[in-house]
Amino acid sequence: MSLKIIVLAKQVPDTRNVGKDAMKADGTVNRAALPAIFNPEDLNALEQALRLKDAHPGTTVTLLTMGPGRAAEVIREGLYRGADGGYLLTDRAFAGADTLATSYALATAIKKIKDYDIIIGGRQAIDGDTAQVGPQVAEKLGVTQITYAEEILNVDQKARRITVKRHIDGGVETAEGPLPIVITVNGSAAPCRPRNAKLVQKYKRALGAQEKAAINLATEYIPYADLYEKYPYLNITEWSVADVEGDVAQCGLSGSPTKVKTIENIVFQAKESKTLSSSDRDIEDMIVELLANHTIG
Amino acid sequence: MANFYLDNPSMKHHLHHPLMKRIVELKERGYADKDQFDYAPQDFEDAMDSYEKVLEIVGEICGEIIAPNAEAVDHEGPSVADGRVTYAKGTQENLNAVRKAGLMGIAMPRRYNGLNFPIVPYIMAADLVSRADAGFENLWGLQDCAETLYEFGNEDQRQRFIPRVCAGETMSMDLTEPDAGSDLQSVMLKATYNEKDGYWYLNGVKRFITNGDADIHLVLARSEEGTKDGRGLSMFIYDKRNGGVNVRRIENKMGIKGSPTCELVFKNAKAELCGDRKLGLIKYVMALMNGARLGIMAQAVGLSEAAYREGYAYATERKQFGKAIIEFPAVYEMVALMRAKADASRAMLYETARFVDVYKALDDISKERKLTPEERQEQKKYSKLADAFTPMGKGMTTEYANQNAYDAIQIHGGSGFMKDYACERLYRDARITNIYEGTTQLQVVAAIRHVTTGTYLAQIREYEAINYKPELGDLKNKLQAMTEKYEKIVAMVINTKDNEYIDFQARRMVEAAAHCIFGYLLLQDANQNESFRRSAEVYINYGQAEVDKIVSYISKFDREDLGYYKQ
Repeated sequence: MSLKIIVLAKQVPDTRNVGKDAMKADGTVNRAALPAIFNPEDLNALEQALRLKDAHPGTTVTLLTMGPGRAAEVIREGLYRGADGGYLLTDRAFAGADTLATSYALATAIKKIKDYDIIIGGRQAIDGDTAQVGPQVAEKLGVTQITYAEEILNVDQKARRITVKRHIDGGVETAEGPLPIVITVNGSAAPCRPRNAKLVQKYKRALGAQEKAAINLATEYIPYADLYEKYPYLNITEWSVADVEGDVAQCGLSGSPTKVKTIENIVFQAKESKTLSSSDRDIEDMIVELLANHTIG
Repeated sequence: MANFYLDNPSMKHHLHHPLMKRIVELKERGYADKDQFDYAPQDFEDAMDSYEKVLEIVGEICGEIIAPNAEAVDHEGPSVADGRVTYAKGTQENLNAVRKAGLMGIAMPRRYNGLNFPIVPYIMAADLVSRADAGFENLWGLQDCAETLYEFGNEDQRQRFIPRVCAGETMSMDLTEPDAGSDLQSVMLKATYNEKDGYWYLNGVKRFITNGDADIHLVLARSEEGTKDGRGLSMFIYDKRNGGVNVRRIENKMGIKGSPTCELVFKNAKAELCGDRKLGLIKYVMALMNGARLGIMAQAVGLSEAAYREGYAYATERKQFGKAIIEFPAVYEMVALMRAKADASRAMLYETARFVDVYKALDDISKERKLTPEERQEQKKYSKLADAFTPMGKGMTTEYANQNAYDAIQIHGGSGFMKDYACERLYRDARITNIYEGTTQLQVVAAIRHVTTGTYLAQIREYEAINYKPELGDLKNKLQAMTEKYEKIVAMVINTKDNEYIDFQARRMVEAAAHCIFGYLLLQDANQNESFRRSAEVYINYGQAEVDKIVSYISKFDREDLGYYKQ
């Protein structure tokens, strides 16, 4: 029994180790100064998808990403770990999208892919931390969503039901929902498996059309060009707004009602410290104090 | 994001040695697999690119998973219950990662689902894994046993067992017994043939078996009733799925604690013969042993590297008397020598691996077609060099790993004696490397004939004939002087024609040859890449003094004094 899974993944600047030049003067992210990586929680999502593939033979895992030509790297990274293919949504008209325009573009592409059981992505991307895109995609497609997933426990294909352990404040709960479904995965879920040696050798030359054009421009030839005909899977599919029959007005900057007013740099710091003993009395006093000043509760 | 392959440029340097072109061409049979397997290389450049990309995966797993798990694995260790072994949690995580990454059966042909990598990139992966956790290298490195299955098993056995190893099943090599350690001729485990079902049944006890609860075992057993020596021993394959072997206990070891060392009880364990009867010890174990020794060399090199890094990091961070301790001559000398020994060991490791690669690939080709006279010549040359370099390399690099681990603790001072720093684990882990797969003393026994027959000297002459940059002239002069002294003491000892005396001085002569060879290897590295210059200078200064010490000892030694040493 096989499943059709779409993994939503995003290429993001690595904001975990930022240097001084991480922000431009206007407060936007200086993407040139930060290495582009596979959004960490999307890797947790990919792992859940690949586990389903291990457990349900015949399952296909397809990546869907939106970004510039070089974001094809996200699809390659997925292929190296066991995904079957991917689509890169890439068009100038997609650029500058907020979460609404992004979820519109993704939902439009998913409608074009048409056949799916599970759409799975990370809870949020480390460049925006909104956690909105997954839920918005679910709404636009009109399917159920389970957010903050820790682990997919079971898929009953006969009953078309999925059981998911999800993270909630102070613990976990088990939720069940119908297929098709959108799931967003928490960073505390199992880490993604490493790249596979055979798959890396098989897919290392996979390129999108824009990447090929860039190589051609730089060196005037594509190494091992004949392989792209022999192995069609080496050609990463790129989709424009027109390819997914999208409405340009709802894409990119024009489709983004979000306006950034200002960006402030906030540094968290402890103002004072307090030393407690491990006695029940001390701990209880502390709990009362924290409840009173609304730090917890 | 730690990556042990990318953070150490000397890996790439050794991978891209000129001899690789020949090695890859032989291993890939002129790149014939490309029409059949979508992951096979198109040409030499493509193959090298693939090796690098796979080593990057290994480096990442080492840096992100295996190394961070090493301490907990060392503390937790494996356990045994009801005859079965459970690995430490971290060990299981490591195994899952290398399986998912498809890093089992790296050197096996593609038709059995392997990656068909030459020994050089395979052993480089072993070097990286050992730096992360030497104990885990034992489990991962036992995929070597598949090589024995491939070389000596029949086609049916290859097809049944090798793909399982490539899919991640583990192996063990069950040789030693309570009364048969270095002396494997005394193996007693009994193999009895059953006419009815055509299988062999094994009964007896094996001891000190690394990963003894493996999925697939190679077992050395006595198939010829009434025999007492090595000629009565055969090699068997035992499949855990058939049952009959239980783990009675696991040893409580000083180091490499994550690797379970088992005592095994065979009770009518169904097994099948691998290769021909009576060749178990005299042919198959001898072949397997050379491969295993190369693996231990890699383990030693990884440990030397790890010890150097721990020592260097502490020496630069620790401040005393108002400055970092690495600024004191007594400390920076230690750190520089650790670096030099690690670099020299690594140079020796890959030189040996290349020799093994060429001759093994030609061996394998000779099963498909007749070798040309030139190829036969080449095969002979590299086989002899591999035979000479393996024991010398295993002996020297494992001693250096111990010295580096010792110095790493010394640099840490009192802190190094505490369990808080990794150096104490490295010290315990390194201690086995110069013991198992043949002690250093036994490596000398294997190496000494290459001193007396001149294999080492001939190779030193080849190194001498290479064109070196003018600025390396002084180093070359030093090496030439060292070689001259080596020749002199060898003649001095051999001319006595006294075998006991030759044995007495054997280790010193092998070491003198090793200092010349290690020195020349670093000189070649420095010739290609300026970053090795420092280690070449430091090592040759050290080797020169060591050779002088040996010369002094041998030339002043009175043979009559041997009596004082005997009990």
